[in-house]
Amino acid sequence: MPEIALVEAINLALARAMTEDASVLVLGEDVGRDGGVFRATDGLLTRFGPERVLDTPLAEAAIAGISVGLAAQRFRPVAEIQFMGFAYSTIDQMLNQAARLRTRTRGRLSCPMVLRMPAGGGVHAPEHHSESGEACFTNIPGLRVVYPSSPRRAYGLLLAAIRDPDPVVFLEPTRLYRAAREDVADDGVALPLDRCFTLREGSDITLIGWGAIVRDMLAAADRLAAEGKQAEVIDVATLVPLDSASILASVARTGRCVICHEAPLTAGFGAEIAAQLAGPGLLSLLAPVERVTGWDTVMPLPRLEMQYIPGVERILAAARRSLQHG
Amino acid sequence: MTTETAAQFSITFTRYIDADGHPTGALPEFAARAADLIPLYRAMVLTRAFDAKAVALQRTGRLGTFASSLGQEAVGIGAASAMAPGDVLLPSFREQSAQLWRGVTPLELLLYWGGDERGSDFAGPREDFPISVPVAAHAPHAAGVALAFALRKEKRASLCILGDGATSKGDFYEAINMAGPWRLPMVMLVNNNQWAISVPRSAQTAAATLAQKAIAAGIPGEQVDGNDVVAVRDAVARALARAREGGGATLVEAITYRLSDHTTADDARRYRDDAAVTASWHGEPIARLRAYLVAQGAWSREDEEHALADAATAVDEATESYLATPPQPLAAIFDHLFAELPPSIRAQRAQALGQEAPDA
Repeated sequence: MPEIALVEAINLALARAMTEDASVLVLGEDVGRDGGVFRATDGLLTRFGPERVLDTPLAEAAIAGISVGLAAQRFRPVAEIQFMGFAYSTIDQMLNQAARLRTRTRGRLSCPMVLRMPAGGGVHAPEHHSESGEACFTNIPGLRVVYPSSPRRAYGLLLAAIRDPDPVVFLEPTRLYRAAREDVADDGVALPLDRCFTLREGSDITLIGWGAIVRDMLAAADRLAAEGKQAEVIDVATLVPLDSASILASVARTGRCVICHEAPLTAGFGAEIAAQLAGPGLLSLLAPVERVTGWDTVMPLPRLEMQYIPGVERILAAARRSLQHG
Repeated sequence: MTTETAAQFSITFTRYIDADGHPTGALPEFAARAADLIPLYRAMVLTRAFDAKAVALQRTGRLGTFASSLGQEAVGIGAASAMAPGDVLLPSFREQSAQLWRGVTPLELLLYWGGDERGSDFAGPREDFPISVPVAAHAPHAAGVALAFALRKEKRASLCILGDGATSKGDFYEAINMAGPWRLPMVMLVNNNQWAISVPRSAQTAAATLAQKAIAAGIPGEQVDGNDVVAVRDAVARALARAREGGGATLVEAITYRLSDHTTADDARRYRDDAAVTASWHGEPIARLRAYLVAQGAWSREDEEHALADAATAVDEATESYLATPPQPLAAIFDHLFAELPPSIRAQRAQALGQEAPDA
């Protein structure tokens, strides 16, 4: 099996889904001839033709909106938003329309669409190109939110998202598009959309996160191991619906946890996990829940972005604080 | 320096029957015999009876906020009667006339406005969209539905109806702009009733017409007398036919007047003169078509009494069924959220129903 980058795994899953299901369409800005600004849709136009790979006008709200119309007509549109900073104008369509169509028609119409986009910083991109806005979507009932952090998970989860009968917001860690590489079998096997991934088992502390920061969590776990502490590493990957059971079970074993995300702290999705740990998980805690997140500031331009994005050192510091308790 | 005209455009206005019911010339084929217009007349009468009943139900605490279409019945009836069954309607919240013509039942409409989602589970036009309350949000859906038809090479079209205020929104422009280069089989019908709640048409845009917004999108646009059901149907029928044959999208602006408040939650006397409203009753669509039919010898006092009685019966029966319909069980708010309910929400469902939560 060849080793491929995360963005190539996205491409592989798109091609697979389009091959197996003629109702799958890819649309968005520059997804056709250009193959997407990150090349996620590279080659699809040649393989599947202009009726299945559509270069749209530059209109994000309408890209989401026409996807709702297509999905109601039994197509499975996979729409690309070029950067998460440009996705906010789709929220009206995703919140008021896509996420509700099944409910408000009592199942008469449904919306099997995927809205995929790169998210997060760390690639020295221009302003508005490095946003981590997952929490804007996780508070929308009727929507699934997925955020893989490895090529295999990107492949399997994107296949699952496309095959899912309901709308999915699919976030792709920009920082790992090329940096994360592994061998990926193009076997058409989807991964479950409601399960966390335990990437490393450990009994002393649980590191919980999603997106590009998962790589930093794994690096932190290596460092902790060198210090004699075994960290369990959980990639949440499917934020909504949240697999609380896996998280609670892990923290029940370790008694300690660090929740990590690149998005800002306040009302970030980590707060939901912390709240669950403070509820059903409270009596298993041996130390306060730690959160390592982006600051509650505007995402800075590239010169300061790596001081905004929490790295291995901040994760380690939080883990050590937690391990000192009790 | 040289300057020359790069492009030139004009917008037409079409009317077949004037405000007093007089034909302005030959009528189109579908209206060649006056009797052929009777179903349209009866549908407008039904709509007006439905609106009156819905307002009365709201005033007596038995219906939620409701948007009457008083005076605008010709827009929806003209448009919907031009549609083929396989076309798809995407209505805004004031297009019950079109919905009724399409086969949405008065009971379904009452359920919806009475706060019950089952009112959007139409037994009739299964592919028609539910009412769009957010203004213009359904315009890109119409483009998406039209794109689906085009990709499947089906001779069908989508018809989106929205108001004058909607033409100020990005969704509206994004949808018609997308429809241009893709030649989408879509008709965008603007029900220009002159008011977006309290904001008059003149404050909505400095554009001389709303139809000309089509020009920026590269699709044809035209105005019709929106109180003339023949003009509306004729323009929409032409636009739909063109769309189905691969000719692309059209914007039709139907000029009418909102004789009612914006909704039952609104008091239009706060922002507009009664005199203007009273003047606008002249030429309203039902009296206009009735005058034409009577003059043509196609409509009698007895016909009128029958039409009113039939409409009242239909509306009363729907009201009776509506008032006798028990609310949905609470489980319904969970049961249509996803095709299959995720475990985390299954637990909430059990909790809401007072059941023991399943193991998470």
